[in-house]
Amino acid sequence: MMKTLVIAEHDNQQLNAVTLNVVNAATQLGGEIDILVAGAGCQAVAEQAAAISGVQQVLSVDAAHYAAQLAEDVALLVVATVQQGGYQAVLAPSSSFGKNLTPRVAALLDVAQVSDVIEIKGVGSYVRPIYAGNVMLTVESQEPVQVLTVRPTAFDAVEQSGSAAVVAVEAVASAGVSTLVGRELSKSDRPELGAAEVVVSGGRGLGDGDKYRQVLEPLADRLGAALGASRAAVDAGFVPNDYQVGQTGKIVAPQLYVAVGISGAIQHLAGMSDSKVIVAINKDPDAPIFQVADYGLEADLFEAVPELTQQLS
Amino acid sequence: MKVLVPIKRVIDYNVKVRVKSDGTGVDLNNVKMAINPFDEIAVEEAVRLKEAGTATEVVVVSIGPKASQEVLRTALAVGADRAIHLESDADLEPLAVAKCLKQVVADEQPQLVICGKQAIDDDSNQTGQMLAALLGWPQGTFASEVTPEGDAVKVTREIDGGLETLQLNLPAVVTSDLRLNEPRYASLPNIMKAKKKPLDSKPVADLGLDVAPRLKAVNYAPPAARKGGIKVENVAELIEKLRQEARVI
Repeated sequence: MMKTLVIAEHDNQQLNAVTLNVVNAATQLGGEIDILVAGAGCQAVAEQAAAISGVQQVLSVDAAHYAAQLAEDVALLVVATVQQGGYQAVLAPSSSFGKNLTPRVAALLDVAQVSDVIEIKGVGSYVRPIYAGNVMLTVESQEPVQVLTVRPTAFDAVEQSGSAAVVAVEAVASAGVSTLVGRELSKSDRPELGAAEVVVSGGRGLGDGDKYRQVLEPLADRLGAALGASRAAVDAGFVPNDYQVGQTGKIVAPQLYVAVGISGAIQHLAGMSDSKVIVAINKDPDAPIFQVADYGLEADLFEAVPELTQQLS
Repeated sequence: MKVLVPIKRVIDYNVKVRVKSDGTGVDLNNVKMAINPFDEIAVEEAVRLKEAGTATEVVVVSIGPKASQEVLRTALAVGADRAIHLESDADLEPLAVAKCLKQVVADEQPQLVICGKQAIDDDSNQTGQMLAALLGWPQGTFASEVTPEGDAVKVTREIDGGLETLQLNLPAVVTSDLRLNEPRYASLPNIMKAKKKPLDSKPVADLGLDVAPRLKAVNYAPPAARKGGIKVENVAELIEKLRQEARVI
């Protein structure tokens, strides 16, 4: 019978909700699901994990060297757990945590990894986006251990009405090659671009960085949105590189994406076309962005955006 | 300190990717190719470390068909000292690439390997981490700042919701994120000079490694098309549609 190990993402106090989506993906492989909670003082997380529906066992590993979730240390633990427990699959979210960790696990197990899975057709058959979502690849793997990262937004969260057993597991020795110096989590009132429900994005049509801020910030404030930009706007120096939405920037899929003064270059579309609703405001009637927009407004953005902000008040 | 930078030749990021009609792959005929953008950032970082006096030599390596030598020349033109080409017409998976690179590391003995965080063709985001694992080295993935300090390196990483700084013992593997730097353009004189810099080429087969594919690509398909929307006349109509029809505000 299939036996799957899900790696819990957490901060030692709170289980990250993406873990619920990963467990859903794991249930689609069939068989038994255990969840690994590795951390320091992470008892509360183990309890939260035990409540996830469909989970058989929570393996709780509490040791100081797992506090920072360093890939070097956690990977050694996952490999030992897989070998001792006879797991045939290891799943983690395709978050910065999962992407950092799982390739290390796969390499140590000498198996290929399948990244960013959006559909599970069966054990060893997966769909994943490549070329920034411009191509959907169906891939088959016969590896003895299936190591996958799964895109959380592609799987619904499972319920939290379970009561799995929590089993304490021994830590393995630390690799001792890396330490955490510090974390600086953004305290901005704005949501993080990659996870925002609403994104307001600006392009070269804004003219310069000052106008970008003057025009877009009030609208973003009003909508509780993250701010993004096209590569053209980034290259022109309006905003820093981490604002960039597109194939070479962030891939976003918010409920609402408002593209302002963005023509819609291919590489930009690749980063936002999974958004639920796309609004485009542009004065060029032939701008390619209108071909993907649900609602297009052909207008001068310097008039339309302030008017939109005001009418939303 | 010697720095090794693995680079990949990929479809240029501005090209509209087309799936072959029989679903067996992506059409690469007459398509503009370029250095993977994240690898370009990795090369730039290595060259800056050399300019700062921290790195003594920057070696670039690419695994791929003969044409991969073009991206190696690009890297030499922006300041890399030497290039290694491992020729393979087959498309190697990240694990196989990591195994080849491990061998290059054994030969070259770099203190730091800087990779792009992912290639923009297969988007796997695996090779750097796999190489670090095979070497037993620490890793600093998705780096936005890299500061060598004696026998360690401080790496600031872009993580969900913010930044994290790690201290890694050297030797180490770092993978570049977008914010690490803004790559320079090669000047014409440097492009000419790059043609004279050393570039060694040998077949991947000479490494004697098992690089056979583990995964089978079954089908390539375009994503479900987005259906075209409508144009609204004015801001008031837009707000009405967003509230009543789309119900997103």
